[in-house]
Amino acid sequence: MRQVEAVIIGGGPAGLAAAIELYHKGVTDILILEREKKLGGILRQCIHDGFGLTRFGETLSGPEYASRFVRQVQELKIPYMTDTTVLEITPEKKVYASSSQGMIVLQAKAVILAMGCREKTRGAISIPGTRPSGVYTAGVAQAYINLKNKMVGKNVVILGSGDIGMIMARRMTLEGAKVLGVFEVQPYPSGLPRNVEQCLNDYHIPLYLSHTVTEIRGRDRLESVVISQVDESFAPIPGTQKEYPCDTLILSVGLIPENELTWMTGALADQQTRGAAVDEHYQTTVEGIFAAGNVLHVHDLVDFVSMEAEALADSAARYIKEGALPACPLAVKGDQNVGQLTPSRISGQGDVQISFRVRKPMKGCTIQLVQGDRVIKSVVKPKALPAEMIQIPLKAQAFVGKEDLEVRVVC
Amino acid sequence: MLREFTCIMCPQGCDIQVEVKEGKVVSISGNKCPRGKEYVTQEVVNPMRNIATSVLVEGGELPLASVRLTRPIPKDRIFDVMNEIKKVSLPAPVKEGQIVIPNVLGLGSDVMITKTVDKA
Repeated sequence: MRQVEAVIIGGGPAGLAAAIELYHKGVTDILILEREKKLGGILRQCIHDGFGLTRFGETLSGPEYASRFVRQVQELKIPYMTDTTVLEITPEKKVYASSSQGMIVLQAKAVILAMGCREKTRGAISIPGTRPSGVYTAGVAQAYINLKNKMVGKNVVILGSGDIGMIMARRMTLEGAKVLGVFEVQPYPSGLPRNVEQCLNDYHIPLYLSHTVTEIRGRDRLESVVISQVDESFAPIPGTQKEYPCDTLILSVGLIPENELTWMTGALADQQTRGAAVDEHYQTTVEGIFAAGNVLHVHDLVDFVSMEAEALADSAARYIKEGALPACPLAVKGDQNVGQLTPSRISGQGDVQISFRVRKPMKGCTIQLVQGDRVIKSVVKPKALPAEMIQIPLKAQAFVGKEDLEVRVVC
Repeated sequence: MLREFTCIMCPQGCDIQVEVKEGKVVSISGNKCPRGKEYVTQEVVNPMRNIATSVLVEGGELPLASVRLTRPIPKDRIFDVMNEIKKVSLPAPVKEGQIVIPNVLGLGSDVMITKTVDKA
């Protein structure tokens, strides 16, 4: 069986950044396994610009952002296999994969999970009605249009105001489709304000908040959708139904970390992020198995995916060289306003990056990191939106004792 | 007149208030960085946007290569530029950074390939 120091599962932004950083930290026995034909992950189909502002100080398209990392991987001669699907990872860090060269089995010292996330589908949100063609998730429509040169429809309704949904509203309008509207079940947009502005307002595409699709109609092809207003508990309000004739329904209703392989290792899940529970080293509950990027928790910006994967790689390199990492006995917990909190455990002796989202839009709030009854860091936040991941770096010196850390958002 | 803008220069999406008198900016508030000031100043006079789309590639590993503009163009010219880009079809290979249409419609912006597409 082939021995490899670091096996990286996924050649998207997280996997590529982790590979390069591992190499720079002296771990050169690496193998990246990627199921698609090319490296780059989802960035290959995200042709719009706006990537790289934090990381490179300039605004790039997705393919350009990816190619900066792919080029480095190739220049450093970091080994990778494309067209290779990982089938199983064991708790002992054996990796089984199917490739064009047949089955491969690897024994890794460290496994880096960088599989990204996938889209929620119609089934996940249970829209009633018939099952015609013409219902796509936003990412699938994006792949058809941007990779395969196939236009998906002419008259389009978009459900969900996630960033990809809004970006597809603009993309389809540029390609000559009529986007009738974007309908969002929440009373606020789920994507970033800049995308409401530049993808919807610029093209006069209406955004309807507190609305959802309550029926899909059509025999072979989608013929119409029924939209209803919803109340505070997201229940459709009777009498508000309106039928919209359309041939295409695009769903942008959320992303879920893709963790089937993670659970095979015995790693425990974080009930909030639905990714693996990790400590400040991005190590899962199984020693030597690490996770970062969208497989850990869904990010809004690829720049932060890359940086998180680099932080992971620093820890993984240390694990590979030293055989273990400092224990993380302290729990990290959030109050009722805090969701999607990572990491879940910390040492209390090292620098950490706390990431979370507020559960609802909030104004004029203060974020407090609390140990016992002492506020060890506070950050004033004039505006906090669920669409925006909040990251608070915390220095080792800030910790005051052996008590758990609590994250509070106080208004 | 007080106008409100959502800045699109970065993901922070600042809400920026602009006092405008006779088409001229009198004061700007709410922006966290100089890019916000630049954005609204331009937005009041002549809104500018970048666009991303694709051009056809013949005989490539993909039927399309993505493109973007090297600098923003007036918002009301977006569909004119889209029409120009739609006319383009290139033989594979195409390289990232390759200029497909220099100075598109005389707007001072180039249409640039953003993804290398090799021969099939």
